[in-house]
Formats: sequence, structure tokens, C-alpha cells
Amino acid sequence: MRRNWDAIWMVARREFQDQFRDWRIIVPMFIMVALFPFVADNTTQQAVNFMNRIIPFVILVIGFFPLSFTLIVALESFVGEKERGTIEPLLSSPLDDKHLYLGKLLVGVSTPLLFSYGSILLYLILLSRRAVTFPSIYMMTLILLLTFAHAVLMVSSAIVISVQATTIRAANLLASFVVVPVAFLLQGETVLIFWGNESVLFFAVAGLTILSGLLIRLGLSHFKREYLLGREIDTLNFKSMVRTFVARVTGNAKSISEWYRVEIPSTLRQLRQPLLIVLGVAVITIAASYAWVVNVTPQHIQVTPERVQAAQKYIADNLGKSEVINISTNVPAPWLFLNNVRATLLFFFAGLISFSTLGVALFMVNMALIGGVLGGASLIHFSPLLVFISAILPHGMFELTAVIIATAAVLKMGAVLVTPQPDKSMGEVFLLSLADWFRVFIGLVVPLLAIASVIEVYVTPIIIKMVFPYL
Amino acid sequence: MLVAVREGKVMIESNDLSKQYNNDFWAVDGVTLNVQPGQILGLLGQNGAGKTTTVRMLTALLSPTRGWARVSGYDVAKHPQDVRANVGVLTEQHGLYMRMTGEEYLDFFGRVYGLDAKTRKARSDYLLEYFGLQDAAQRRSGEYSKGMKQKLALARALIHDPAVLLLDEPTSAMDPESAQLVRSEISRLRSSKRTIIICTHNLAEAEALSDQIAIIYRGKILLNGTLEELKRTVLGPVEYEAKFAREFDAGEFEMPQGAVLSSRSTTSMRFRVEAPLAVNPILVNTLTSRNAPLVSFQEVPKKLEHVYLKTMADAQGVAYAA
Repeated sequence: MRRNWDAIWMVARREFQDQFRDWRIIVPMFIMVALFPFVADNTTQQAVNFMNRIIPFVILVIGFFPLSFTLIVALESFVGEKERGTIEPLLSSPLDDKHLYLGKLLVGVSTPLLFSYGSILLYLILLSRRAVTFPSIYMMTLILLLTFAHAVLMVSSAIVISVQATTIRAANLLASFVVVPVAFLLQGETVLIFWGNESVLFFAVAGLTILSGLLIRLGLSHFKREYLLGREIDTLNFKSMVRTFVARVTGNAKSISEWYRVEIPSTLRQLRQPLLIVLGVAVITIAASYAWVVNVTPQHIQVTPERVQAAQKYIADNLGKSEVINISTNVPAPWLFLNNVRATLLFFFAGLISFSTLGVALFMVNMALIGGVLGGASLIHFSPLLVFISAILPHGMFELTAVIIATAAVLKMGAVLVTPQPDKSMGEVFLLSLADWFRVFIGLVVPLLAIASVIEVYVTPIIIKMVFPYL
Repeated sequence: MLVAVREGKVMIESNDLSKQYNNDFWAVDGVTLNVQPGQILGLLGQNGAGKTTTVRMLTALLSPTRGWARVSGYDVAKHPQDVRANVGVLTEQHGLYMRMTGEEYLDFFGRVYGLDAKTRKARSDYLLEYFGLQDAAQRRSGEYSKGMKQKLALARALIHDPAVLLLDEPTSAMDPESAQLVRSEISRLRSSKRTIIICTHNLAEAEALSDQIAIIYRGKILLNGTLEELKRTVLGPVEYEAKFAREFDAGEFEMPQGAVLSSRSTTSMRFRVEAPLAVNPILVNTLTSRNAPLVSFQEVPKKLEHVYLKTMADAQGVAYAA
């Protein structure tokens, strides 16, 4: 541990030294850091009468500005050394990849944070001269942690870019993929600060910390000194990429029937562990949501016999209506199918940008809805089991299966991306993970969703009427 | 570090060492090398011939696609960190951190190679003095001349006193004075029983420094041996020239066994000789017995350049004009 730290610190110390000797980095940093608090202080003075809640927001923004312009340090950490020709002596040394990577990360995070916290401190000093309400200690801690999480998130992404880029110019262009999403994230956090509460902000901090950790893991897993010197990263061979992708999707199958007989079962076997995890997550989420609705709702809404009767009557009136029984006229099966496909694609894209975490989170939201519906049914004295069997299970056995498989595939993709694979480049790992997901999506998820949508439109309403004839 | 030297093992050894890029292009294809302790191997070849890739594999920077290599007794694929700890590398670009002083730079790399503070200081002082950089030790390396930069880079490569030095184009893009400085430093290093590989385009440099020379072309080693072996293999037996003070006609005379008359003019004669020690005295005796006005009898100089150009011409299937 001590040896590791010494090695990491050795790399970092030289970088610090180098950075702080370059006036082109230091002067703009100091100017910006010193300037923003004054501008913000003035703005706050004008806005303070409007609402005190602007202060935490301004602190967050002040902390973010230095992060955005000091990102260049992280962006050029590897590619800059490569362009200047200083990387090879360092790579030829006995330092291992982990030391090099974490040393660079340490510098990349520390410098922006130093300036961010410095800027925040200056602003707070300026603010203390005014008669305003300071944010609570808890809120301040959350904002400082959020700034830290922003720094780690941006820097770890920037270093991944720096390792993969071949020129500083390319790295700077790619930086928009870091700055723009984080700017959006900041807007979301601003909403939480203005309209949410501190506990919601805590979840934002926790989520960002997990994401940052996964990004560091991704970078470490796929950092190989060979790729910084090799020629592979200089070329983008689309033909080879397409060939690799198609070969992975089709496997060794010669026909569609062979693909379904051999390749798809093999994929499902590979997915066994994520499938079990996702299934467990589904059961726990449904149960937790059900329990929450059943136990917490009565604390806020009094469940009186009158209210229960009114709810039952409303359901009976609506279920009896012909448009519900003939749902296909209002909600055609193809529309439902496309909607569900879109939802699973959303899981995929959310998972893709978050190493599966957001994809799984969206899945959990959907499962929570099911638990909520069953909990609601229980509150109005319907049997949750009967509701599940009649209203969810008929199409759900296909739809839920499809969604669980799709989420398991997204979970596996995220896990594969952050797992070291010494014989493959990051691009190869990404392409193969994408192909694995696509194989499951096209081979299982889409057909299952098609069947589910037909059953949901034409069969489920009839079963509901059969099970609840008294409605 | 010097275990392999003490035990008299081969310091650099490779067999069928190969590297493929993008699954189609073989940058190095089947390189087999064997360099003994204290030897200098000159690796010659055109741009893109595979010299740098070979060196990078020997430094455990690139992993071989096929074959193996051992440096200082360590396998480059299995023990890359041990290999790197025992090798000093001078890259084509000096790779200095321009905002560090010479002393700081050596101290940093001393830390990187795990030297304690006392050893770092001692090695750094010794190397700065050895390369004549002690007066510039406190100046940032960005202010150094090109020759000084390269010398500092060489000092960096030696900071941990490695048994193996890999020098990639050590004098490329340098002015003749700086190149000469660096060459003489490399020459000084050879005496310390250090195994060195030099990749270079500079044939005179390779000839002056190398004990063994390998010529690489499109990733394959075409020739590998001592300069004498290479000359003999490529250019044939050694040629000797007898020069006369005035026009002289030796007439027809019987050549001793192992000698062939390769050319003659009125004032000189050239002979190809297989075994000079035995044959040359007989040749000289024959000429003097015929009253030849002999001024000199000496080996016709053949340079590495001829060997290299002839080898390249043969490899490319074109005629070699000597």
C-alpha cells in the first residue's frame, strides 16, 4: 500500500511541479477563481431579497467554473505527454499502469478542486459581509461533496479521453462529451436545490460518486501503456468493426434456426448471473414498493370505506366501458409494441452512459410501479394476487421476461466495460459488449415484446373481466 | 541487476520475436537476436523497418504477437516490470520535461527507478559530472542545447545503472558536434561491460561503435554478425592492393593458393585473399622477387555503408552500384 502510494505520489508530484511552473495555466486559473466570487457576490446582493435559496446554487456554480476550465490539465495528461514525446521514458520505467494512471488522476482532480474550493471560500468570505442566511452545514457539506463528485466525474472522463485520443486537439474536441453532460447535470442539480430538498440532493451526490467510481474503474481496467505507443488507436477501421460486430451477433450459426438453437441459449447461459441479480432486484423492488404504498399511504390519505367504495366504483365504471374492453381501438398493439421497444432502448442508452447503473435504475422505477399498483389494489380491498394474475401476468410473462433479459444484458455490458481485459482494447470491449446486447435484444427482447403487446391488447382485458365479473 | 552478467548469460536474447499491428501488418517478423554482456549491437534499417518496434518489445513496452525475448534474464512478456527496471532507454526524442532542472529531472527518474535519496544524489552528481552538465544542473532543461538535452536524456537512461541500454536513434537530428559528443559518451559507456543496442541510420556511427551489426528490412533480420563477418558475407573475401612507384608489368605469374587477382592497372594490382596471414607474405615475396617497385601493400577499405547498400539493393532486387 505504502509502495503504491509512493509511486502514485511520485507521478503526481512531478505533474504538480510542471503545472505550477506554467504561467499559462496558473494565471487564468487565479484570475477566474478570484473574479467569479466578486461577480457572484454582487449578483447575490441583488438577488438576495428575492430568495435566500440562490446562495447554495451560486456556491455550486462557483465551484463548477474552475472545474470546467482546469479540465484541460486532465485532458492532456496522457495525450499531451505523447505529443511532447515525454511519455516514452516514463512508460519505459518500472512504474506499473495503475501508478501512472492514478498519479495522473490525482493531479487532474486536485488542481481543479483546489481552485474550486478556493473560489467557494473566497465567495463565502465576501458573503459574510452581507446580511444573508447561510446554507446549513449539511447543505454546505452536500455542495462541497457534489463539487468533489463533479471534479472526479469530469477528470476521470477526461483522462479516459486523454488515453484514447491521439492528439491534444482531438482530446479538446472530445471534451464536449464531458462538459456538456455535466452542464446538464448541473441544471438538474439546480432544480434539486431550488425545488427539492437536502435529502434528494444527497441521492445526487451518492449517484455521482458511484458513477465517478465506475469511470475510474473503467479507465484503470482498460489503461494499457501499449495503446499509447501502438498504432492501433491511430486508425478507425469501419469495415473491420462491422465485421467484428456481425460475427459476434451471429456467432457460428449458419441459419436462424441454428442461431436460436445454439447461440441464443449460449447467450442466456452467459447471462445467468446478471439475470439472477435483475430478477432479485425486481422482486425486492416490487415488494418494497408494495409495502411502502400499503404502509405509508394511509399515514397521508385516510383510507375510509367511502373512499374505497368510490375507487371501486370508478374502476368498475371504467372497466365496464367498451373502450377499455376494446382497448385495441384506442391503443393498437403495434403502438404498444413500439412503446415498449422504446422503453427497453431507453434502458440501454441510460445504461450505456452510466455503466448500466441508470439502466437498472429505470428498470427499478418500472418494477416499483407494479408494486405500487398492487399496493393500491390492496388498499381498496382487491386481492393483489388476483390483480397480478389477471391484469399483469398474461402479457407480463412475456413483457416482464423481455424487460428482465434486456436489463440483465445492460447490466452485463456495464460490468464487462469496467472489467480488465488485457488482450482487448477499450474499443474492442465496447464493440463486443454492444454486439452481445444487440444479440439478446434482437433475438429475444423484440419477439417477446411483440407477443406481449398482442396479449396485452386482445387477451388481458378479457381475463380481467373474467376474474372480476362483479365489477 | 547484474546477475546475468556475473553468470555470463546472454543479456539480450530473442527468438522469432514478431509484432503485428491491426491484425494485418507485421512491423517485426521473426527477429532472433543474441547479444552477449559488454557487446554493442547496431540495429540498422530504413525508416519503418521495425527497429523502434523491436526496441519497444525489448523494453516490454509492446507485447510480442509471436515469439519471445529475454532481457537481463527476464522474459519481456512474463516479467515486464523486471525488464523495465533493468533496462535504460534513450528514445529518439529526448523526452525531457522542459520545466525541470537537470538535477530535478534525474532525481525524479531516480525515484521512479526506486533509488533511495542518497543513491539518487550520488548517481545524479556522478552522471551530471560524467556528461559535463554539472554547471547546468540548476537550469531548466528547456534552456539546454540539443546536445546537452540528449546527454541529459542519456544520463536519465543510466540513472539506475542498468546492465542493458537501448538507444533509439541517439544522434538523429543533431548537429555534427552534438552527435560527436553523444557518440563519444556511448563509446565511453562500452568499456563498462554494459550491453547496448543502438538503432541508427548513421552507418559511420554504427561502424565505429558496434561489435555486432544486424540489418533489418521490412521487419525481418537480413544479416546479423560482426562487421568482418558481414563484409565477408556480402562483399566477398578481403581485397588487398599493391601500389607501385612507377608503371610496372608483373607479367603472368602463378597466384598462391587462396589468392585471386581481382583487378590490375599499370601502377597497382588488387587481390582477393581468403587467408591473409598465410597468403599475403607469399604475395609480397612474389612481387618483390620480380623487382616490383612496391610502395605499399594494404587492405582495400570496405565500409559498412557498402555492406548496407548492397544488402538493401539485394533485398529490393535492384542492382548495387559500388
